[in-house]
Amino acid sequence: MNLSPSTQTTLMLFGGVFGVLLLASSIGALLKWRVARGEPHSVIDNLNSRVNAWWVMIGVIGLSFACGKNGVIVLFYLISFYALREFMSLAYTRRGDHLAIAVAFFIALPVQYFLIWIDWYGLYSIFIPVYAFLVLPILAAVGGDTKRFLERTSKVQWGLMICVFCISHVPALLTLQIPGFEGRNLLLIAFLVIVVQGSDVLQYVWGKLFGKRKVAPELSPSKTWEGLVGGVASATALGAALYWTTPFSPGQAALMALTICMMGFFGGLVMSAIKRDRGVKDWGTMIEGHGGMLDRLDSVVFAAPIYFHALRYWWVP
Amino acid sequence: MSRSPQSGLGLAAAASAWLIVLAARLLTGVRAIWSGTTPKAEQTLYFANHTSHGDFVLLWATLPADLRAITRPVAGQDYWETSALRRFIGNDVFNALMIRRDGAGGQAGSDPVGQMTEALLAGDSLIMFPEGTRNTGDEVLLPLKSGLYHLARACPQVRLVPVWIENLKRVLPKGTLVPIPLACSVRYGVPIVLAEGEDKNTFIARARAAMLDLRPEYDRAEDTTP
Repeated sequence: MNLSPSTQTTLMLFGGVFGVLLLASSIGALLKWRVARGEPHSVIDNLNSRVNAWWVMIGVIGLSFACGKNGVIVLFYLISFYALREFMSLAYTRRGDHLAIAVAFFIALPVQYFLIWIDWYGLYSIFIPVYAFLVLPILAAVGGDTKRFLERTSKVQWGLMICVFCISHVPALLTLQIPGFEGRNLLLIAFLVIVVQGSDVLQYVWGKLFGKRKVAPELSPSKTWEGLVGGVASATALGAALYWTTPFSPGQAALMALTICMMGFFGGLVMSAIKRDRGVKDWGTMIEGHGGMLDRLDSVVFAAPIYFHALRYWWVP
Repeated sequence: MSRSPQSGLGLAAAASAWLIVLAARLLTGVRAIWSGTTPKAEQTLYFANHTSHGDFVLLWATLPADLRAITRPVAGQDYWETSALRRFIGNDVFNALMIRRDGAGGQAGSDPVGQMTEALLAGDSLIMFPEGTRNTGDEVLLPLKSGLYHLARACPQVRLVPVWIENLKRVLPKGTLVPIPLACSVRYGVPIVLAEGEDKNTFIARARAAMLDLRPEYDRAEDTTP
């Protein structure tokens, strides 16, 4: 076969992920058989539905990678849409916010992804933080309802920043021009997703096996120091081991992985705080075993823009 | 029921029903939450909060397909018979029970409770909105009309299932043109039964509480901050 080196690397990464999932499915089946003995068991059943959902998610990501840049942009456009829907559905708004929310869904979201598609960095990096930031409260004010005004407009803006602006920095990685790395930008996304989601998974595994002391009991009952340290350390090692797929040296890859793991961890804490305040456990029900889109994406949301700008500052001349 | 799937109108109605349900699902991602009860092929009166013309569509879309076929929404004739399209949707697609709400006495069809009782006695399941009108203001739930009590008395064999439709009011508030794609849910609760000798006000208060109790926790929290 006549595959380019970057396609070969991508296929190897998918092969690796495939192997890990196969292992996870086998362990899940074994636990179900030996520990739960076929009976319902909340932790093991949840583990198995999480693994099953991962098969689907990896399948969807693989499909979008196969379609190249357009496929990735469409995938993250849809992810942003579902994340924004989950966020706005739980936010307190009133009739006066209707126009602002409609603009967020039907103008801000498509325009942001269009700007990334045409690679207009100067505008997509300020479109939501500047233009949407100013226009949305104007639209809400025109609605004429002053009750809890600042709170309501802040929620619409925050939802747009988190669900659209931050998430859109994942496909924006495709626009970076790194000398000597041309045509291989999909690997930048693969590194981000594997390290950040790997960190979530490893924190879960370490936490379930050794977790005792809670990091932030009032925010998230499932996050423990043992899970955090073990998960972040092993995900950093994983990132370093993947240096050959990136423009980084092993040391740089480890440092980058550590940075995005920590951002991901704190992102999870922030999004948990919002959920606790609203009295819900999950953002939605879209992904079996995980909760909603935002439950799966909270760490990527906080890691992506930092990763993007670190790459852009140090690797793009 | 005059519908036959062979006729052109019947096919158009079935296709329209499918399209409307699909559109409702895509727009609102609606999901059904059955707590303390399950869908049953028994004669049922669903009573729900009413904030939008789309309420019965959403409720209907979340019912299993076999229950949809036997469940008719109760709809206001004054709204659904004003144009050919609305008549088609109301009569042919949803087979709605058209009632007159103007209360002009004397004429046939001006007695909503009587019409609903008749339909229930004929074996239909119904979707009704006990507030009697659409709630377009800030109130969570308007006071319930007494119709529910009279129906419970006249048809004790019918399951009375409280339903809470969440978020649809925010999708398309009154006076706006563009619907926003917020996630909606339809929550079904434990059926209530009219107790022996229970008076009207007690029963209506209980039905109202059963509806309000179905709200998600975060909606109930909003009550404390008026």
